[in-house]
Formats: sequence, C-alpha cells, structure tokens
Amino acid sequence: MSTATVVPSRSPHPAGRGGFPRLLHAEWTKFRTVRGWVAGMAVAGLVTVSFGLLAASATKSSCDAPAGQSCGAGPIGPAGAPVTDKFYFVHQQLTGDGTLTARVTSLSGIITYPKSNPDAIVPGVVPWTKVGIIVKDGTGQGSPYAAVMATGSHGVRMQDDYTHDTAGSPGAVTATSPRWLRLTRTGDTLTGYESTDGGHWTTVGTAHLAGLPAAVQAGLFVTSPGDVQVQEGLGGGAAVHHTQTTAVFDQVGLRGRAAGTWTGDAVGGADGTDWERYHRPVGVTRSGDTFTVTGSGDIAPVDDPGRDVERALIGGFAGLIAMIVVATLFVTAEYRRGLIRTTLAACPRRGQVLAAKAVVVGSVTFVTALLATAVTVPLSERVLRANGARLVPIGTLTTLRVEAGTAALLAVAAVLALAVGAVTRRSAAAVTAVVVTLVLPYFLAVTSAVPTGASQWLLRLTPAAAFAVQQSVPAYPQMSGAYTPSNGYFPLAPWAGFAVLCGYTALALGIAAHRLRRRDA
Amino acid sequence: MRTGLCTALHAEWTKLRSVPGTPWLLLATVALTTAVGLTAVTGVRCPSGGCDADPAKISLTGIDLGQAVVAVLAVLAIAGEHSTGMIRVSLAAVPRRGTLLAAKALVVTAVVLVAGTVAVLASVLAGRLVLPGKGFTPAHGYPPLSLADGPVLRAAAGSVLYLALIALLSLGVATAVRDSAAAVGVILGLLYLFPILAAVVTDPDWSRRLQQVGPMSAGLAIQATTGLDDLPISPWAGLGVLTAWAAAALLAGGLLLNLRDG
Repeated sequence: MSTATVVPSRSPHPAGRGGFPRLLHAEWTKFRTVRGWVAGMAVAGLVTVSFGLLAASATKSSCDAPAGQSCGAGPIGPAGAPVTDKFYFVHQQLTGDGTLTARVTSLSGIITYPKSNPDAIVPGVVPWTKVGIIVKDGTGQGSPYAAVMATGSHGVRMQDDYTHDTAGSPGAVTATSPRWLRLTRTGDTLTGYESTDGGHWTTVGTAHLAGLPAAVQAGLFVTSPGDVQVQEGLGGGAAVHHTQTTAVFDQVGLRGRAAGTWTGDAVGGADGTDWERYHRPVGVTRSGDTFTVTGSGDIAPVDDPGRDVERALIGGFAGLIAMIVVATLFVTAEYRRGLIRTTLAACPRRGQVLAAKAVVVGSVTFVTALLATAVTVPLSERVLRANGARLVPIGTLTTLRVEAGTAALLAVAAVLALAVGAVTRRSAAAVTAVVVTLVLPYFLAVTSAVPTGASQWLLRLTPAAAFAVQQSVPAYPQMSGAYTPSNGYFPLAPWAGFAVLCGYTALALGIAAHRLRRRDA
Repeated sequence: MRTGLCTALHAEWTKLRSVPGTPWLLLATVALTTAVGLTAVTGVRCPSGGCDADPAKISLTGIDLGQAVVAVLAVLAIAGEHSTGMIRVSLAAVPRRGTLLAAKALVVTAVVLVAGTVAVLASVLAGRLVLPGKGFTPAHGYPPLSLADGPVLRAAAGSVLYLALIALLSLGVATAVRDSAAAVGVILGLLYLFPILAAVVTDPDWSRRLQQVGPMSAGLAIQATTGLDDLPISPWAGLGVLTAWAAAALLAGGLLLNLRDG
C-alpha cells in the first residue's frame, strides 16, 4: 500500500492565529449552541442520578429488620467491614505485655466433596487452612487480633485485623519439619516470630492494634475455610464445601501475667455438620504438654460484602448510552449537514479538528458525569440507610476513585464514540458498536449469562474492562474467595481495566485521524 | 387501499434491498449471532457431577448481540430517510402515513425473519455439534439438541420471533424519534438497562418485576428449556410483553408520523 502518493488538498494558509485554542473555542461553540446535544448531556446526568436512586430504593437488606434498624447478619471487623470469624480457640487471659510460644508438629484434616473427587470426603487440608497462635481482644466475633500461623500451602504468615497479611517462610509443616511460632506483645505492638528449631528466631511481621485493652485472650487456634468451587456452568455461583483441620501443638509457653488455665472455646460456634457429629467434633484434647486442636471456619474478610457504591452508580449505564449518542452526533451530524467541509476549510489541519472535538466532548462528558456521580453516591447512601441497609465502609479515597473513575470512563467512552463516528460517519452503526462493546460484555458477565471463565476474559479483553474502576472492595490474596464478576470482582485492577478502554480509544482515534486525512470529507 | 399497500410494499422492498447497508447488516446479524453462540457453547462445560445449565439457551446466547444489529437495520429503514430528506418523497408517493409505516414494518419483519431463521438454525446446529463434547451427554441428562424436541423448537422459533419483534420495536421508536443515533440509544437502553438493573437490585420482588417488564429479559424467557418454574415470567407471556412493547412503540411512532410534518 502506498502511503505518500496521495496528498489531500490543503489550504495554503496556515491555521488562523490562536491555533488550537481557537479551534477548541470553535468546537465548544458548536457544541453548546445545538440544543439537542446540551439537552442530551443534561438527560445523561439526570438518568445517572435517578436510576441510581431507583436501584437504591429497590434494595432492601437481606434480613427483615424494621426500617431504620440495621440487622446483625454477621460479625463486623474493627474497620467496620463484615468479616468471617470462626475458629477453635484454646486460650488464657494475658494482662499487659507478654510472649506466647508454641510449636506446630502436625497439620491434617478432611475436605468434603472436593472438585477432584466430588462424591467423597477425602483427607487433606485446603491452601488457606490456618493453625497457630493468636492474641485477641476477647472471644467475641469480629474483635481485633494478631496471629502468627502455619497454613495449608502458603507457608508461615502473620495476620491481623482480618485484612492484613505478611508472608513468612514457605514450606509445609510435617513431623520432621515442625514450626515454632512466637507472638510478643509490647503495648499496642505485636511482633510475630518463627523458627524451625526454637533457637534461631526470625521476625515475620509486626502489627499495631490501637486501643488493645490490657487484658487479652492469648492461645492456640485452628481454623479451616470452606473449599470454594466456582461453578463452571452458568449461574456463576460458587459452592462452598465443609473442611476441618486438626493440628498438634507442643512446647506451649505463655510468659507474662497470665491467669487461669487453658480453656477451649469454639469462637462463632460449631457447624454441626454430620462429619462433626459422627466423626470428630471441633475441640481440644490434651495429653501432657501436647494439645491436639480441631477447628473449622476462617478468620478473614468476606468475599461478598455488598456493592453499595457500584449499585449507586448503576445509572451510569443509562448516562453512558445518552453520552455516546451525543458524542457520536457531535461528529456524524457534521457529515450529514455538510458542515464538515466548512470546518475543514477553516482548519485544514484535520488531526487538530479531531483533537479539538475529542477534548470538548471529553471535558463536557467528564464534568457532567462527575457532577452526577458526586451527587448520586451520597444520596443513594442516605436512601440505603433509610431502608435499613448496613453499608460497608470503603474509605474516602476508594469512593473518590470510584466516582472520578466512573466519570473518566464515561468521558473516554464518549471520545471512543466520537472516534468511531468519525470512522464510520454513520450514527446508528457507531452508537451500536460502542454501546455493544461496552455494555454487552458487562451485562453478560454480571448476569452470569456466560460461564465464569468466559466472563473474566470478556472483562479483560473488551472495553468493558474499564468497569473495574467501579470495584469498591478489593479481592484479598490471602483467602480463596468466590472472586467472580457476578460477585462484583473484576479480573483486572481498577486502573488497568481503565487502561484497556483507553487503548481501544487511542486506536480508534488513530484510525479516525488517518482516515480523516486520507479521505475526502 | 389494497393496491396502495401492495405498491408501498414493493417500493419499500426496492428501497431496502438497494441500500448498500442492508445485506451487510443482515450478514452481520447471522455472523455475530452464530459467532457468539459458538463461543458460548465452546466455553461452557458440564462436569461429571452434573450441571443445571440450559443447553438451548446457551446455544442461543448470540441473540443478545444479534438483536443490536437488527435494531440498527430497522432504525435505518426509517431514520435513514429522515436524515437524507427521502421521507418527503416517500410521503408524497404514499400519502397515507399508516400505510407507509405498515409497509416498512412488513418488509423489515420479512427480512429479519429470514436472517433470524438462518442465525438461529446455525446456532442450534453449533450447539448440537459442540455441546456433547463439553459434557452435555445423555448420561448427564442432556440429549443432543434437536428441533424435534418441543421446548427446543419453541426456544428456536421463539428466538426468530423475538428478533422480528425487536425490529418492530426499533422501527416504532425510530419513527417517533426520527434521529438514528438517538433511536438506537433509546432502543439499546430499553433492552440492556432492565436486566442490568435487575441484576444489582437486591430486593427479589423488585428484581423479578424488572425482569417481567423489560423487553429483553421478558422476551428472552422464550429461550428457556429447563427450570421453567423459576423463570420470572413464562416463555410465551414474556414474548407477549415484548409484543406489547413493539405495538406501543409502533402506535406511538404512527401517531407522531401522522401528527408531524415529514
């Protein structure tokens, strides 16, 4: 293909004084003087807000608590987010500073109906089974804690307050390779150590538990999270199968002002599964200095904590469609009316015309969308609270990222629509192409119309990946959760997903600029 | 005005087949519907433990995308005339505006029925060939997809009707809105927003209600061949809801066409 032979006719005069700013001003004047486009943007903002409020008011909490009362569906962690807190705890009270030491010599258990053998209960431990020592503010669920532990297949870890996780040395616990664990309290600071021989200790990590009372419960714990199996078929659900772990501890020592004797408690209660009833209940047996502890559950964040912000911004889809229509018309209308010839005669630098249009439509969309999201999120929170829903706190920075990210998503989508419109010169085809590539993959993924694996690929490869900027709750690597699109988890990090949309838009703009230069208007 | 409609039909058919976009759009309907259906059946798996998937519905997933192309085709049938000014000539030739709209509706429906039939047959064939290799075997309770099976025939024929009704809905909206971009925006919004809203609303009553009312979520109930008791709306009633939407849109479009200047 020859590229240099055809030179489009160009005005010999350079672009007028003022250059690009002047061009911007001209495009902005065009935009604001077409009543339909301004009305379209206003409609886009309004539907974003109203659909969000509609979704919020059509949402009620899963329990039937009277309006205005929040319901106690599950334990709430120190950060205000729902958590899982269920384990077997062999503890003593420790007052003030002190040191807890124990050696884990064995780790075994059962997994019910694993994927590899769905009709049987097999011996084994899941990757994130946790056995070790813990210092916790009482035995109530959701209270602050710090723990050092051996895990099923993630080595030694130090964890605190449900979401913090620090890796220690890797390797599994066996009879020939036991693990020594130590936790030292100094004021509000807890330091975790590990050792293979009880002589040479290395620090795993430290935790600061602000406001930890002087008297805490310290001791051994065992817990084993359910085996999460994401369904391969449709529906996108996940099955969670019961597991149970038994660990053997010895060399248990508690230095400091300890009171009383070792007491066993099932924090969060027992499951009461048939396995527990007929084979081995959770609990502790002691023979001399050896403790055999059996437990089931998890100490972790939850993987479906509610999607309040995402739900509030669902109206963004309606706004998105309206903005795509306006952005497409911003260029295709010029072709229909023949105005494009005047535009290009006034500014022969065709790439600059496209750039000016992109800047104008992108800015208008961003400002409109930002106003809409900034209004919708707090308003819908009020509606949800009035409905008795318990909101998961996600932090100001995350809220800002979701609001600004959604506005940026709509702005870039509008630029994409402009570019596609400039390439096709046909409004209907351009609007359909952009809406379908942005909305349909998201729709197929969140409604589980396609299997989970396929929906994750859709949200990596298509422009719909950008909706990752709306994910308000992170997926935690330190647990096996059902992190699927239908639960609100995207396969890409927020800004990485956004970058996918930007890539498509840059590509479309490039093609549009090329064709604008090469073709007659 | 029997001859009037016949002449108008002939004129509309000539217009539709001579517009360069039409064959491409029909081809795109068939190709995209089949491609998405093929991707869906290749991606799904029925493990040995069994599954509660609906093989007919999976094979017909492509309708979700194909309907967007059908909408463009129907919108351009009328809005294309508005953008070029052709509508004035059309109305001068066929002064009874209801007749003009009816002729357009009939011609668009006819071509969509043909393209839809090809697309649906190709999708079902893809499902029939691919699904047994993905664990959808008689041993797991899934005989190969066959149109001789009552529910599968209903899902397939219903999907073709669904596409035709989407075309009529689109034609009605485009007649009312006149601008092709705005019309496509309204139609895609109507189709996709209801199920997206229904997916995020946690109140089950509201979620059900949204799925019963939305033209896409209600209309696609026709594709279900398993778990009919759990559907928010029964298959034929769902297609009835979509018919009501199409009728309302055509009525509104026809009224506005009568009231306004071309």
